[in-house]
Parts: sequence; structure tokens; C-alpha cells
Amino acid sequence: MKNICLYFQIHQPLRLKRYRFFDIGADHYYYDDFQTEDIITRLVQNSYLPANETIAEMIKYSGGKFKCAFSISGVALELLEQYAPELIDSFKSLAETGCVEFLAEPYAHSLASVYDPAEFEAQVKKHSEKIQELFGKKPTALRNAELIYSDDIGELVANMGYKTMLVEGARHVLGYKSPNYVYRHSYKPDLKLLIRNYKLSDDIAFRFSNRSWSDFPLTADKYISWLAAMPAEEQLVNIWLGYEALGEYQKKESGIFDFLKALPYHAMERNLTFVTPSEAVAKNKPVDIAKAIFPISWSSEEKDLSAWTGNNLQQEALEKLYQIGERVRMSSDRTLLRDWLNLQTTDHFRYMSHKDAWGSHYENAYDAFTNYMNILADFLQRVESQFPANVDNEELNELLTTIRNQAAEIEALKKEVKTLKKKGK
Amino acid sequence: MFGWEFPPHILGGLGTASYGLTKGMALQPDMEITFVIPKPWGDEDQSFLKIIGACNVPVVRKDNNWDYVNWRIGSQMHPDEYFWLREGIRYDFRRIGTNDLGCIDFSGRYPDNLIEEISNYEAVASVLAHRLDFDIIHSHDWLTYPAGAFAKQISGKPLVIHVHATDFDRSRGQVNPTVYDIEKRGMDTADHIITVSNLTRDTVINKYHQDPRKVTTVHNAVEPIPDVERFVKPPRKDKIVTFLGRITMQKGPEYFVEAAHRVLEKTKDVRFVMAGSGDMMAEMIDLAANRGIADRFHFPGFMRGEMVQKMLAESDVYIMPSVSEPFGISPLEAMQVGAPTIISKQSGCAEILDNAIKIDYWDIDAMADAIYSIVQRPAMYQSLHERGLEEVNNITWECAGQKVRDIYNKVLNIK
Repeated sequence: MKNICLYFQIHQPLRLKRYRFFDIGADHYYYDDFQTEDIITRLVQNSYLPANETIAEMIKYSGGKFKCAFSISGVALELLEQYAPELIDSFKSLAETGCVEFLAEPYAHSLASVYDPAEFEAQVKKHSEKIQELFGKKPTALRNAELIYSDDIGELVANMGYKTMLVEGARHVLGYKSPNYVYRHSYKPDLKLLIRNYKLSDDIAFRFSNRSWSDFPLTADKYISWLAAMPAEEQLVNIWLGYEALGEYQKKESGIFDFLKALPYHAMERNLTFVTPSEAVAKNKPVDIAKAIFPISWSSEEKDLSAWTGNNLQQEALEKLYQIGERVRMSSDRTLLRDWLNLQTTDHFRYMSHKDAWGSHYENAYDAFTNYMNILADFLQRVESQFPANVDNEELNELLTTIRNQAAEIEALKKEVKTLKKKGK
Repeated sequence: MFGWEFPPHILGGLGTASYGLTKGMALQPDMEITFVIPKPWGDEDQSFLKIIGACNVPVVRKDNNWDYVNWRIGSQMHPDEYFWLREGIRYDFRRIGTNDLGCIDFSGRYPDNLIEEISNYEAVASVLAHRLDFDIIHSHDWLTYPAGAFAKQISGKPLVIHVHATDFDRSRGQVNPTVYDIEKRGMDTADHIITVSNLTRDTVINKYHQDPRKVTTVHNAVEPIPDVERFVKPPRKDKIVTFLGRITMQKGPEYFVEAAHRVLEKTKDVRFVMAGSGDMMAEMIDLAANRGIADRFHFPGFMRGEMVQKMLAESDVYIMPSVSEPFGISPLEAMQVGAPTIISKQSGCAEILDNAIKIDYWDIDAMADAIYSIVQRPAMYQSLHERGLEEVNNITWECAGQKVRDIYNKVLNIK
């Protein structure tokens, strides 16, 4: 019996406002709330809400046979809580059906896995707590931002206790191998890897309403028949897309929701079942290792990190940002920590790409870089003002531990004094 | 082709563009160009085209012997050609003041009696149109439109006019009716109009009421600099931000001073240079002094030749905040020697440049921000430097020449 593993991702950054260099040190608020809200509410109305309703219906009418997974970044969750609480409620009720799995990911949808492993760990932990708090279940499968994966990142994830990780079906990792199996990490056998079938995923995400596509129009019947026609040993197909594909990129009028609704019926007809990522791993044994020496991602043709780290603007911005990570984590200033997360979202670096600035609201890469660096300059000043600059990190850490433990120590000493006093009497 | 300037003796961008374009077009094997200018100096590069000086073309028949003509103009035109052209005189131009050879003494500049010179140029065009053999007439800028139009009337050959600027750009809206009249007549007569940017194209369509179908944009390009490697940027403590051009209303110098003031409020290690001269120079010196930045703001005066390239190469930023610029070749020249550039969106060259910062000329905040970003952040300088070089080296006159050729083929109905 073949399995279909569907997963949708939601992520939206906080759009940064126009921030000039003379604002550095004078203005500590970095966000264009109007723009952020405008985009979020549009997406919720056009895509997220109707898609959620569709999925709820599908679960109901298939008697719980339809299953899928969601990966929602922490930043996006906060935005949704603020601007579209009704959507959070809708996700909560989906969670209650038990047919939906929520995945772990770095809270800020960041590149921390590549630049700052400690930060990556902290963010995954924070995200997993957030998911548990909202949906009542601790995630067991992890999806990195932009599906970034390498052996090193996999090791990091395995050490954190995750058993399942989602990976892009990049050719330079798989080679001739098919994405339609479960793989395992090249030297951490406990970590199972699920591989995205990007051809079948992009058929829905990008080509569905394209009239010049040879397979237009795509019907659920046709789509399921492709899956059913796959070789018998290939038991799993991973179809993962951005949630915006439903209703925003593929408009409601294109019939995308009807397509989705018809999927369970045709799947059952051909004896295909839906699984969540964790179930997929439980049901299918890994066939081989998947080795990735250099990081891969799900972006563009190259499937590498070049969309975020490809030019020297991006590299300078990222270096300056992650240099300060250790210091920031020592701080307990809540606004500072929140800004730290929001400044890490991958989108800001994508806007600085010369070749692929997807979704940018800037004039060009230079404009995006200038604006971001002004904000970062102010942020760095704030971090530096937290602690004296001449104390190095290690020393600072010791001092902070001393300070934090002071209360306990004083308490212990007091007790000692008391007992000694008693003895003295 | 009718032009007004040709290097090395040029007064503005028109000469540079004429040279580059003709050189690019001459690469086409079946292209033969005769270029008419009012007054050649004899040291023009004629390797790829033939130059005829209007001041050597007789418009009134005077009897002279071969040796005399040779003595007078032999260095610029063969006497046989003089006598041959003399047969092209069909009209009585004795009302025009001519010299002993029956030729008109053109200044070749922009004198006070410019309008008279333009109409005298028309007389020369008539002689040439009767005598020369050609397929198409191409007139560069309004000064030569009447000559082109007259040549078309005589020969029946199609006329293409090349709009390098309109009076709307030159006057910031205060259009001279006489100039407008000449421009409009030229455009009305032309079979096709070439503009140097879409900005100019819009002006031609909207202000001169031309049919959009007969107006095509061919962006200017830039000639490669020989041994460009000799221009290097010496290490310097202070960063240098350069404005280079006529200090006039059209170039927006006051916005540059204001932006400099903003930058200097935040950082000290930057120097600003306003090279060039013009009617607003004194005002700008006053403004810089009033803002209290005169110690960091320099006016080195007019620069020419190698000095310009050296200045640009040593700059960390080149800025052109023009209020209105039909094309604006200087940012491309700055990029050729590796200077990051900031240009106003109101410049035609902004349409083709990707690796330049584009701002509205009035947006002092954005301008200051861009300057600050480039001088403070090495990645920004490096990116604009490298990518700018690569980009500008791919903007060639050969491509522009090919586009002009396509337009010729269209008006000549060649498929």
C-alpha cells in the first residue's frame, strides 16, 4: 500500500521599515507593522483559512483517513496570534482530530543551523515549546528552515533527540536514487530522512493553473493515477509545499481547493493512504544513507544556499549578525531577544540576493542591504550597551552565573550561619 | 548624418555619443557613414567614417583656381571634392554671408546667433543632398533637424532624427518657443525618431505629440577606456564622494550638498567633491559654508580628459542627482573605472543600470543613506565596484548600433 505524505509550511517575516542611518541609536523599533499585517491578513483570507476549512472537511468526510503535517515558524505563529487568532483556533481544532502533525523547526526560520549551532538548538527548543503550548503535543519530526540540510546539521538534530527530519530531493545528494523511500543519516543511523519529491510537489505549487503546461488541467484523478503508477517498491511519496500555494499562488478560482478535496476519494479508490511524517518513518524502513557534505535547500534550481548566502552583501550581513549571537543569548532583555529572532529570518537575506530576491519589497539588493545594515548597526549597539565591551564572553558568562546564583548562595550561607549559631548556643 | 560635435573637440555629451554610435555602426560590414559637422578641426578620427565640414562646402558659386582652394582648405577637404560639390548648388544663397570660397564660416559651437547658424546649416544640407549618394538621413539633436528635414525634402530619402535631449530637459520646464518649434517640425517631418531613453521617449510622445509607433528608444553606451588598469584607487584615510558635471539647476547640486551635510552629522571621515563649474557654483559654496561643512566639501573646478577618469577612479562614490537627464553618460564612465554610483531615477541611464543605487533626486535622506552605506560597509563598495564593472563592460555601442540599423531597415522596408 502506497503512502502519501503531505506537509504544508507557513512562514512570514516581520517586514522591516525604512530605516535610515541617522536613525541608528535614535530609533529602536524596526518593523513596518502596516505592511506585515496587510500581507498576513491577505494570506489568511485568501489561503490559510479556506485551506484549513478544506482540510477539516477532508478529514471529516474521509473518516480520519486523510492526514497531513504543518510546519509553522515561531515568528509566523506570533504574527498569526496577533493578527488572525481565528486561524490559530482553526489549527487547534485540526490538532484535536489527531490527523495532523506539527513539526519542529528553528523558531525564527533562520540560518542558525549553518552559522550558529547553539542558536539553532535554542530556537528549535523554543519552537517545540511553543507548539506544545498551542497544540498540546511535542513535535518529534523536524524540518529546518528552507529545508536546509547537511550531514553536520543532521548530526545536530539527531543529538537533540529527533528521529525524523525532512530534506529536499536535491540531485547532488540523491544522485540516481529515488526520493520515494526513507533514507537515513550518513553516520547517525537513528535519524531517518524523508525526501521531498519536488517534481510532484511543484506540479501543485507552481504548475497547477499554468495553461501552457502540457498536463493542464490537473485533476485529482490524474494526479493520483501518477502516484499509483509509480514502481511497486516505491512506497512513499512526499509532497510538501508552501501553504500559500493553496489560494494565493493558485487562486481559488483555479479550482485548487476542489482538487484538494477530491484527493482522498481517488486515493482510497486506488488503495493509497495518507500518512504524517512520523508515521511514514514508522511504516517504512530506511533503504540507504543520504549524504550531504554541503548544505542543500529547497530553493531554485541549484538547491543550495546561494539565495541567502551567495553574494558578499549577504555574507557580510550574516557574519555581523551571528558574531554577536553568544552575547545576545546572555542577555535577559526581552525586547532585545525578540528583535534578535526577527532579524534572523531568512527573508531579509533573500532580499539581498542579486539573482533571486523572492518577495522583496526593496528596490534591489543594495537597497535591502543598506536598510538591514542600518537596523543591525542599531541592534549591535544595543547589545554592546548591555554589557561592557572589554569583558570577553567567557568571563562575562562566569560573572553572570555568579550573579544568577547569588540568591541561592546567600540563602545557603544564611542557613549555615543559622546552624552554626544554633550550635554555638 | 548631420551632427554638431565630434571628438576630440567637444563641448558636451552629444559629441561623445555621436562618436560612439557611429563607431559601433561602422562595425556592420555594409555600412558607410558620412558625418557632417559645422566645423571640423582636421584631427578627427576618420578611420571608420567620412567627415565633411559644413564650413568647406560651397553654397554660393565663386570662381577659384585649384591651387588656391588647396591652399585654403586642402588640409580638410580635397579640392576636387570642393569643385564636385560646387555643382550641387541649385539655390541662390547670396543673402547668406559667405567667404572667398562661397562657404559659410561656422563657429561649430553654441554662439548667440545659434538660430542663424542652424538655418545656414540647412543651406549646406541642400548642396549635399543634391550631390551625395545615400540611403538614409540621420540628424543628431535639434540643431541639425532643419538640415535633415531639408535634405529629405530634396532627396526624398527617409529621415531619422536622434533626440539626445529636448528643451524640456535643458530648461527645467521653461521651454523656449523658437527651440520647441524647431524640435517639433523636425519630429513631425521625421520618418522615425530615436530617443536615448524611455524618459525622453515619453517627453517626445507627450510634449511633442508624436505617434508612439514612430518613436523608439536606443540607449546610449560607452566606449571602453584603453588600459583602464592604470586608474587605481590609492589607499586613503578619508572616503571620497564625487559629483562631477556642470553645476547648474539641471544637475541638482543643492541636493548633493544637503545629503553631504546629513552624512557628516553622523560620520567624519568622508570628503565631498563637487567638480565642474556652472552658474550655481557660488551659491553652492555659500550653501556648504552655511551648513558648516566647508572643511569637508571641496570645489576643484572644471576638469577634463584624464583628470576626470583619475578623479572618478579615486572616488568611493560617484553621484549624479540630476533633476532631469535624458541619458547621462557619466555614471557609466564612473563605473568603468570601478566607482560605485548613485544616480537619480530621473536620469535615462537609470533605465539600463542594475548595479547602481537609484534614488529620487529630491530624496536627500535616501541619498545620504546610500552614501553612508557605501562608505561604511566594505561589502557594499565591493559589490557595486565589481558588478558595476562587469555590467558596464557589457553595454556596447555595437549593440546600440545594431538597434539603429534595425530602425533603418524598418523605414527602408528591408526585411
